[in-house]
Amino acid sequence: MTTETSAPATSDADTTVAAPATPGDSNAPGEDTAHGPSTGISNTKLAMWLFLGSECLLFGGLISTYLLYKTRRGPDNLAIPTDVFDIPFTSISSFVLLMSSLTMVLALAALTRGDNHGARVWLLATSMLGGVFIGGQVYEFTSFLREGVGFTNNPASSAFYALTGFHGVHVSLGIVMLMSLFVASWQGKLRQEHSETVEVVGLYWHFVDVVWIFIFTVIYLVPA
Amino acid sequence: MTITEPTIEGPKTEGPLELESGREAIAERPLGVLTRPQGGRGWRDWLSTVDHKKIGIMYGVSAMVFFVVGGIEALLIRLQLAVPNGGVLSADVYNQVFTMHGVTMVFLFIMPLAAAFANYLIPLQIGARDVAFPRLNALSYWVWLSGAIFLNSSWIVGGGGADCGWFCYSPNSGVTFSPSHGVDFYAIGLLIAGIASLVSAINLIVTCLNMRAPGMDLFRMPVMTWMLLITQFLLLFALPVITVALFLLMFDRLFDASFFNPDMGADPLLWQHLFWIFGHPEVYIIILPAFGVVSEVIPTFSRKPIFGYTFMVFSGIAIGFMGWGVWAHHMFVSGIGPISVAAFSLSTMFIAVPTGVKVLNWLATMWGGQIRFTTAMLFAVGTVAMFTIGGLSGVTHALAPADTQQTDTYYIVAHFHYVIFGGGVLGLMGGLYYWWPKIFGFMLNERRGKVNFWLMLIGFNLTFGPMHILGLQGMSRRIDTYSSGFGFEFWNMVATIGSFIIAVSVLVLFHNIWKSKREAADLPPPGPDPWDARSLEWMVPSPVPEHNFDEVPTVESLDEWWHRKYSFDDNGKVVQIATAEEAAQDGSAKGVHLPAPSFWPLVLAVGLPLIGYGLIFNLWLCVPGGLLVGMGIFAWALEPVDDPDATHDHDGHDDDDDDHDDDGPDDAELAAAPAAPGDSTAGAPAAPGDKQGGE
Ligand code: HEM
Ligand SMILES: [Cu+2]
Repeated sequence: MTTETSAPATSDADTTVAAPATPGDSNAPGEDTAHGPSTGISNTKLAMWLFLGSECLLFGGLISTYLLYKTRRGPDNLAIPTDVFDIPFTSISSFVLLMSSLTMVLALAALTRGDNHGARVWLLATSMLGGVFIGGQVYEFTSFLREGVGFTNNPASSAFYALTGFHGVHVSLGIVMLMSLFVASWQGKLRQEHSETVEVVGLYWHFVDVVWIFIFTVIYLVPA
Repeated sequence: MTITEPTIEGPKTEGPLELESGREAIAERPLGVLTRPQGGRGWRDWLSTVDHKKIGIMYGVSAMVFFVVGGIEALLIRLQLAVPNGGVLSADVYNQVFTMHGVTMVFLFIMPLAAAFANYLIPLQIGARDVAFPRLNALSYWVWLSGAIFLNSSWIVGGGGADCGWFCYSPNSGVTFSPSHGVDFYAIGLLIAGIASLVSAINLIVTCLNMRAPGMDLFRMPVMTWMLLITQFLLLFALPVITVALFLLMFDRLFDASFFNPDMGADPLLWQHLFWIFGHPEVYIIILPAFGVVSEVIPTFSRKPIFGYTFMVFSGIAIGFMGWGVWAHHMFVSGIGPISVAAFSLSTMFIAVPTGVKVLNWLATMWGGQIRFTTAMLFAVGTVAMFTIGGLSGVTHALAPADTQQTDTYYIVAHFHYVIFGGGVLGLMGGLYYWWPKIFGFMLNERRGKVNFWLMLIGFNLTFGPMHILGLQGMSRRIDTYSSGFGFEFWNMVATIGSFIIAVSVLVLFHNIWKSKREAADLPPPGPDPWDARSLEWMVPSPVPEHNFDEVPTVESLDEWWHRKYSFDDNGKVVQIATAEEAAQDGSAKGVHLPAPSFWPLVLAVGLPLIGYGLIFNLWLCVPGGLLVGMGIFAWALEPVDDPDATHDHDGHDDDDDDHDDDGPDDAELAAAPAAPGDSTAGAPAAPGDKQGGE
């Protein structure tokens, strides 16, 4: 998906007829020109919605795995992530990620207004907030490792790292997309008429946020 | 083909709007290298093409290659089992061969063959010029191919094929029981192929929903398109589940995680659930395209519209939904508890209902029709008959107590081959005969075709019919040999003979293709509509011109093409109002704007297997792989989009589109592509300013 959305003006749009109509042709001129999306939702946006639908099952599978395994310590009775959670810390980084959805909305709003500078600022802010979240995750992972919760400990820790890691990769890809948009905007290539590209990346970003709310609830808030 | 001549007209100085097609040099060169390829001729054209028809053909050819690979594996299995204590394969190799046979046939033969039809036909049947995202379409093909080659390369570099059975249950899939790299190749190869199918599913769904010709309402789409659309939805939601399973398997094997290893306290049933939540919908992913073919072929050769079109569509949708609620019927003996067994047993019986509806509708379509038994029709009828047998044996193991006896015996092998070979493969073979003239511009010889059909049908029944008996006699599946004295000898020999008859029938098919091509020069061309068919692909010349439609048709009814040829007189009798030649387009449109080719999908696809080898052998290899993928993505994004309409803005568009939902001319945005000055069609009134008012 990145490929279709990470920079403006990338959509492989429908093909068009230049004008085969010859004089005397019974067709009204231009009758055969290509037409817009039958559903009224643009191709790119529809594609993103479908992709996100598919992603729901990806995270669904990972969340179920975690729920199944979250208390399994394995034969050697090693530490599991719940032993070492730092809930206040993770709550703060979750809040940061949530705020990034707000700045994403502001970025889109600025661009639709034609405010390129504003769009740039908010795009940058969004990716910075995303970056803070990822930084928090890296910190969390390393401190867990220090406290003896390794990926290979037992089913519980494997499932924890797989689920949060997959989410982290999604956030990181989102940051790459946002930064690409930022660079494009900086070069003057992201203008008001491209606001849909930002909207589509925004869909992805909001999705990743919403998924985190679920993951955070399941992992950190629901008691074992 | 009209635009392959290089245009010699002057420099393009006026920005992207002036480009006529992908053939021109592009003024803007980000990074200095990113011009879009010119298309050119020969193999280069195929490597960079984004044309859905060429991509469809490439899918088809590759699928047939893997059919031969999987077929050779099948013959090896049958040779080994022909007589007791067979010595053709060792037990270890036998495990690899049946696993790779199953995986190859499912993921590398029948799914891509269905994808071939989906790619080729969906745009034509809905009256579009291409799919929604042509480059992504090329990406799907190349990624799928790289996954397929990667998977099979384990024979050479991985110490043998995967040996865990096609559903690769834990703990057999773990390193303890499967120490070679075969299962690693299985996991990563299928992950790569899965990316391809996911991308293609998104692309084709958007195409079906968004690219329909004016008047082509959803309920005017041919049943084939409908079945393919439902298949894509199943892929969209089933693939992420197997993706999770395969990732976790890979983590287990390569990075010592503990997801499936019971010794580490993991639950082996997790894999079974994840696999079959994907695996059962997969059955419909295999069978629905064949149902689509049958639903096109039977009406055409019965000269009647399909009986109960809406029923057909809704039963397809019903199968699509219910297919999600039956997966655990594969796990009746896995210890899922009596309540689950009862529930899944019931739901499995219910899913037979919409399937039965389809069979009855096909019979009703033939009832009273003027039937022509062409090869395609024979295959379609054969599909219905064989699938019905497979469906009935399927109902017998919906009953959990019966299944407890049957599971893991040859009865199951018989059942699923009746469904996927008898249903899926025979159906798609019929599709091959039916659409061949449309795709390649010559007919396959009917006499040889019928030999092909009868040999395949007889061979098929000789091979798999006896397996019902063997299974009920207690012969296990996945067993590398058996001793004499159990009464297995006779039917095993029959099955082996049958499998070689199937092999001969496939050779007849290849011979038929080769011979018919040679004879075609002396025969009249098939014309646009050799079968007197009903859907839109038959209103364009055969083979289909690069731009598909000279003029996008406006659709007024279901079976639009038939209604352009026939009408009813006052007494309700069918009268011909136009011959196919009169009603068809002649393919002469010039200067049609088509998406430009691109090499980046191929580059991206080459990177993925490198990452795969890296994960297995040496993580450093992931670096060049990752670089190729990253480069592919960024170059792709920056590649000049020569589409004049690429910058259109959809918000403005919505306002002036409210009153006609899928009508063409109001879409000023896309029409803003007048022929370039000096375009080869310059003779025609290109009507500049004609339509681009609304931008
Ligand atoms: C040339 C015709 C074919 C023959 C003779 C053949 C034969 C066999 C046999 C004997 C087995 C059982 C191996 C065992 O349990 O030890 C088998 C397994 C299987 N076949 Fe086929 N087959 C053929 C075509 C196909 C096709 C067209 C498909 C699918 C599209 C297919 C899919 C499978 C699958 C999924 C398995 C299960 C593999 C496993 O147990 O893991 N086969 N085949
Ligand atoms: Cu099933």
